[in-house]
This record gives sequence, structure tokens and C-alpha cells, in this order.
Amino acid sequence: MSFNPACLKNENLGKLVWPLVALFAIVVFNVIFTPGFFNLEIKDGRLFGSLIDILNRGAPVMLVSIGMTVVYATGGIDLSVGAVIAIAGAVAATIIRPDYVKGVIEYGEMAPLVTVIGVPLLLALLAGLWNGALVAYVGIQPIIATLILMVAGRGIAQLITEGKIVVFIHEPFQFIGGGFLLGLPVPIVIVAVMLLVTYLLTRKTALGLFIEAVGANPKASQYMGIRAQLIKIATYMFCALCAGIAGLIICSDIKAADANNAGLFLELDAIAAVIIGGTMWGGRFTVAGSMIGALIIQTLTTTILTRGIAPEVTLVFKALVIICVALIQSEAFRKILTGRLAKTEAGQS
Amino acid sequence: MPTTDAILEVRGLSKTFPGVKALQDVDFTLKKGEIHALMGQNGAGKSTLIKVITGLYKKDGGEMLLDGKPFECDSPEEAPKIGISTVYQEVNLIPNLSVAENIYLGRQPMRFGAIDWKTLNRNAAEAIKKLDLDIDVTQPVSSYSIAIQQLVAITRALDVKARILILDEPTSSLDAAETARLFDVLRKLKSEGIGIVFVTHFLGQVYDISDVITVLRNGRLVGVKSVDELPRLALIEMMLGKSADEVECVEKGAGEAGDAVDAECFLRVQGLGRRGAIRPFDMEIHKGEVLGLAGLLGSGRTEIARLLFGVDKAQEGRIFVKGQEARLTSPRKAISLGFALCPEDRKSEGIIADLTVRENIVLALQARTGIFRRLSPKKQEEIVDRYIKALDIKTSSPEQKVGDLSGGNQQKVIVARWLASNPDFLILDEPTRGIDVGAKAEIENLILHLSREGMAVLFISSELAEVIECSGRVAVLRDRVKVAELPREAINESNIMKAIAQTEGQ
Ligand SMILES: Nc1ncnc2c1ncn2[C@@H]1O[C@H](COP(=O)(O)OP(=O)(O)OP(=O)(O)O)[C@@H](O)[C@H]1O
Ligand SMILES: [Mg+2]
Repeated sequence: MSFNPACLKNENLGKLVWPLVALFAIVVFNVIFTPGFFNLEIKDGRLFGSLIDILNRGAPVMLVSIGMTVVYATGGIDLSVGAVIAIAGAVAATIIRPDYVKGVIEYGEMAPLVTVIGVPLLLALLAGLWNGALVAYVGIQPIIATLILMVAGRGIAQLITEGKIVVFIHEPFQFIGGGFLLGLPVPIVIVAVMLLVTYLLTRKTALGLFIEAVGANPKASQYMGIRAQLIKIATYMFCALCAGIAGLIICSDIKAADANNAGLFLELDAIAAVIIGGTMWGGRFTVAGSMIGALIIQTLTTTILTRGIAPEVTLVFKALVIICVALIQSEAFRKILTGRLAKTEAGQS
Repeated sequence: MPTTDAILEVRGLSKTFPGVKALQDVDFTLKKGEIHALMGQNGAGKSTLIKVITGLYKKDGGEMLLDGKPFECDSPEEAPKIGISTVYQEVNLIPNLSVAENIYLGRQPMRFGAIDWKTLNRNAAEAIKKLDLDIDVTQPVSSYSIAIQQLVAITRALDVKARILILDEPTSSLDAAETARLFDVLRKLKSEGIGIVFVTHFLGQVYDISDVITVLRNGRLVGVKSVDELPRLALIEMMLGKSADEVECVEKGAGEAGDAVDAECFLRVQGLGRRGAIRPFDMEIHKGEVLGLAGLLGSGRTEIARLLFGVDKAQEGRIFVKGQEARLTSPRKAISLGFALCPEDRKSEGIIADLTVRENIVLALQARTGIFRRLSPKKQEEIVDRYIKALDIKTSSPEQKVGDLSGGNQQKVIVARWLASNPDFLILDEPTRGIDVGAKAEIENLILHLSREGMAVLFISSELAEVIECSGRVAVLRDRVKVAELPREAINESNIMKAIAQTEGQ
């Protein structure tokens, strides 16, 4: 997890309190109702348990949330991450089995891992470049600009797989979604690495400060000579890269590319995670907060699944929890609440 | 009741923000038909007192009486309903709405259940005439200068049927003529029995218009005196809490650096112009020289600044930087040539309210050194500490949000940012707006110091005295034309006024 000493000092920590409380509440709920929630086992030098499971399952949301955080901080939003996930998976699977959609079952020559990973990620970066250029140079509202790729992207993914689910076997590639490294599932390791990279990129250079400045006051930033357009493009490309990696993890994990369902609604989870985490739309961002947000959402999803709640109500249930966390965070709402309480107390006494 | 004609009484008021006691046990009494000046250094608590009265902040303790009856506004929308009309320090108009809409927002004239646009615009046009303002009221307010926005905000406040009018630094970006017009209106309101609270850092204006002065220092009441019994020096002493001799004043021989005429010419401008902004003009600024820019409201001062910084593009003319012809196509280009602009509108072009004092100060310098060469925390701390001390910025810590500072202290942060970025050529557009007497001299001294080290400075201010004190040469503008340039020997108030008036006669 990235460690930022500055966030311990000032308001940032205060902002993390409420999301942490919410996460804690959900965890407590699980401890009470799910026996062995905290159990961790080491088998063949690998870590297993509910907690590890949540982190592992949550890797895609966490990754996408990292990217979404920086985009959100520049005053933008990226709705296309789900589509980019689908494209990345579709491309990777097609590289492994180029003729599968034509009905050829044989694999042919095994594609090298570099290609299987590299090409989808390059395409993801391209998608980010497209989004960023539309926002920064053409000047389209971020929500509209990325909506284009959100809609078109999934279509492209379906064209690549011709609407089929491409299943494959490719040992080295499967390592990404299902392997273990240092006793931990690889997706968790990837998230950790990305967090470290993000921390170094944003807080050890001036990039983080510039992102916040551009988001909070574009005009003032322009007067200081900060290259707002480049910074915006970079954040969209970074976000798309995160989505691309998430796409590879998902695809490698299920050993198939499902253009219809891969990463579906993940953009909403990521946006929710960022907001719960306390990043401002255009301004201060905290990746640590977004991670807590992502964990809240993933724990919730897992809880719902293990509790056997009907999938139809899953979304409604999620929405309720998100509303609650957002409300608790809102200062205005807390004021109303405490004001009411104070008044009723005063009335009673 | 001690006084029968008191309309507003505040007793033992206190208000605390995290880390600051903004008001402690403050008393304040406003009488009918009185113009009451509220004075104090930056961060003394003037705006906070006003905001507590109008319900923007909740008081922590004390009581507030209106006509002897306790009152408390739950929100600032309630204040006008009980007869308190306010112009806040930070102009809070809605940029995208028209001038007319802004004036009547919330009390639009209606006709058949819809807004009556014709009446709205006609009324607005009439309302702004009271301040002798002649602008198109259907244009969005953001298209006008900060001074005009301030006048629009005042117009909005004047148009409410109020018994109490509160003006928080209404004249901070107005020139002498505009201020005089405002004062005429205030005197008329006063004769109608309206009580007026007036905040300013211009001592001259206080003695011009007010009857009573209440002085705050560090959130506490220092004293209430009628104007006649409080000479200027005594007032300064009350505000600063130290004797006036200790107050820093601008070092004489200010223009010595201005003798740099034979020094290398940094910037030469030939026939630079832009339609509707400024007629083609020539100008030269030398290394180590402070060139003052004087002129009335709307005379084209800010327009020159924007042209020279590449915010607006010139339609004609040539620019030479150190003898080389240059094209100023964007602020980035200007910055790469060593230019910097400290803009007039601190709220929308200056501060980044959510970021800390430290970040706001180092940003411009950081932007110059680049993304990958982050200033070390130690270096940042060093710069920030130096400027917090030098400009006496009142903040609980360098990590405080700039948005929570008082208006004048925010301004100091912006000035610090640009001084710290150490450019070759610094354009300062109203740098001392809203800054108190003591700190003003500090800023002027810092500017002179930097210019002596070789920085070329273009100094824009609507306060004549300041221009005279700082500049080695003064260019005078009128109606978007450069009409005169005064050499150092000729810089004095009457010459500048003459230059402004002369062309007026033509
Ligand atoms: N919202 C806020 N949160 C925290 N501190 C605040 C807030 N508003 C004001 N303060 C603090 O309260 C003190 C008084 O501020 P105030 O704005 O009343 O000063 P002022 O007298 O109006 O100064 P100026 O002449 O600069 O406008 C300052 O130290 C300021 O930092
Ligand atoms: Mg103030």
C-alpha cells in the first residue's frame, strides 16, 4: 500500500475516517455472520482465506479506481473503462487463438507472452489517448467524450470476438490472473505495484500537485504555465492503462474473453470508490481513499454473494450502501443530523 | 437600552475556526443614519463579524440584536428579508448570468408567471446608472473587469430595500472617481436614515466618509471612536498594536533602480494593439526598472497586462525581448521568455482555494522548474517560511487551505507566489488589493528589492500614491490609449492627474 506521510498530517486523514468506519462496519458484519472470515491459511507457501479472496476479486476494481482517481481530480471522468476492459480481454484472447472465431480449434503457434500482454495494453493506451484528446484538445465534456468509447468500445470488443466467448489455454498468460507470487495471488501483487508506481509518479514528482491545480483552478494553472492539456491526456491514458491491466487479469482468470460481460458496470464501481474515498471532482485526490472505497465495494459484493442474497437486489443493495457512505461524508448532512439531534435534545431537557 | 437609535447591536460575539479564534467577545453597535467604518489588519476578523451577522457563519457565543430584539439569520438568504443588505469581500456573482440577472437574482420581476425580461433589463440598466456605470446589462458578468463586477455587486445590494447596508471592502479595486460616486450614493442613503457598515484598508476613505470607527485586532475589539477624535496615526496604532514609528514605510529613493534607463532594455513594444482592448502603443521596460501604469477604471491597464502575457493576442505591433523579436501566442510562451503575471482577479485566476498555503506559494516556481524536478520539501518550507514572515501572512500553518484565509492574506499568498517564482519580467496587476497598511509597505519594499536585483516590473495600481512611490517611470492611460509617459523627476500626483485630464478635454 502506498504510504504518504503528508496524508497522515493534515485533513486527508480526517477525510479517510468515514470511509474507514464504513469498511469496518461491513467487516464486522462479516465477522459476525461469516464463520472463519478472518481465517488465513498457508498451503504450499500460498496464502488463502476470505480476506485474500476479497483482495484478489477486488483487484480489477482497485486498479480501475487508481486510474479513475487521477482523472476525477483533473475535473474529468472516464466512463469507458468497462469497454476498455472488454477490448483488452478480447484482443488478448484473439492473439492466443487467432482463428477460434472461424471455428478452428487448433492453437497454431503459441503466441509469446509479451505480445499477449503488450498489444492489448498498447491499444488501451490508444483508447486513453483518444479520450484525452477529445477532452483536452477538442474540448468535449468528459462525460460525453468518454461515453462515446463506452458505447463503441464494447461493440468493438464484440466485433473482435464476433460475439463469441473465446476460451483458451495459455499457461504463462494464466499466471496473471491465477498465479501466485511471494505467496500472494498475482492480481494483488499487480495492484500493489501499480499503487507504488502511482505514488512515486504523483507524489515524488510535481505531477500530483499539477493535477490538483489543473482540476481546482484551470485558469490559474494556465497563468502559471502548467500544461493542462498534456496533463489531462496523461491521466486519461493512465486510467485506460489501468483498465487494460484489469481486463487482462479478468480474462486470464476466467481463461476466456467475454466481450459482453467483462468489466460490465465496473466504471460505476470505480467512480463510487473514488467518491467514497473522498477525492474531489477537480482538486485534491487521495489514492488511499479510493482503495478503501474499492474495498468497501468489493467486500459488499462478496458479502452479498456469500450471504446468498438474490442477484437482482444486489445492485439496489450496493446503491443503498453507497448512498449511506456518501451521506455520512457530506458535511452538510452531518450538520443537519447533529443539528436535529441537538434540537430534540434541547427540546427534551 | 443604552442608545435608542441603535439598529444593530452585537454583544460579546465569538467565533472560532479550527486553529483560529476569529472573534472573541466583540461588541459592535450601528446607529441609524451612521456610516460606521470597521477597521483592522488582514485577518483581524472584520469579514467574519459581517458573515456572522448575515448568517453565513453560526456564532459560537454572544448575542445579536436588531432594533433591540434578538435575531439570528439561519442562512444568508434571510438577511435581506430582515433588512440587511450586504456586499461581501469576494464578489459572489454568478459568472455566466447576465449583469441584469445577477442584480435581480431571486427577486426577478414576474409577468404572467414568467420572468419579465424587458422590465428586468430596463430596471437593471436604470439601477446601474446610479453609480454612473454605462455597460450592457445583458452581457454575462464574467465578461467585465473585476472593478465593474464589484460595482454590479454593489448595485445589487443597493437595490434591496434595506435599513442596514454592509459593504466589505467595496472600493478595493475602484479608482478615485468611482469611489467618489459610490460615496455620493452612500451619503444619500445615510440621510435617509440607513445604517452603513463600511470596511476598507484605505485610511483616506475612512476619513472621507465615516462617522464612527470600530477597530478590531486579532479577533478582539480594540476600541470605538468617532472620526473627529481619532487622528490617523492613532488609528494606525490601534490597528497594528504598535506605535506608528515602528511601522515599516517604503524606503525612499524608490526609483533609484528606475534610473536603469541605460541598463539593458528587457522589453520593447512597438505599436502593439488590439481592437476594443487597447490602441497601438509603444513601451520600453529596462532590466531593474519599475514601470508604473496609471489610469482610471477601464483605461486599458489590465488589457495591456493581458496582451503582454499572451492571454489575449495582439492584432498588430511587434514585441522585442532582449532585442530579439518574439511572438506572444500564449501564457506558456510568455513564461518561457521569463514573463510572469500576477492577475487582478484573485478568486478566479489566482488562488487555488483547496490547496494549502505552501502549495499555492511554490506552484509557479515548481511549474517553471518542471514536473520531474520537484522542489524538495526542505526547499519548499524555506521559501514558504520566508514569505510568510516577510509578508506577515496570517495562517495557522503552511498546511492550511488558502480558501480559509482572510481576503487580504489570500492576496499576500498570490503575491508571494509570483515573487518567489523569480521571473525576469513581472507584471503585477493590482498586487496590493485588499492588503492592509503595514503589509502594503512590505510588499512595495520587496518589489523594489527584486527590481534592484535586475527584475523588470510593470506595476499596475488604481491607487495613485502607490504608483508614485514605487515607479521609476509612469505610463498614463486613458480610454484605452497611452497618453503620456512621465520620467522619474516628473512623477507626482498633479502631473499624472493632468495627463489623465488633458486628453479628456480634447
Ligand atoms: N472559513 C474559515 N475557516 C478557517 N479559518 C477562517 C475561516 N474564515 C476566516 N478564518 C480565519 O479567521 C481570521 C479572520 O478572518 P477574516 O476574514 O474575518 O479577516 P478580515 O479582517 O476580513 O481580513 P481582510 O482584511 O484580509 O479581509 C483569519 O485568521 C482567517 O484565517
Ligand atoms: Mg475580509
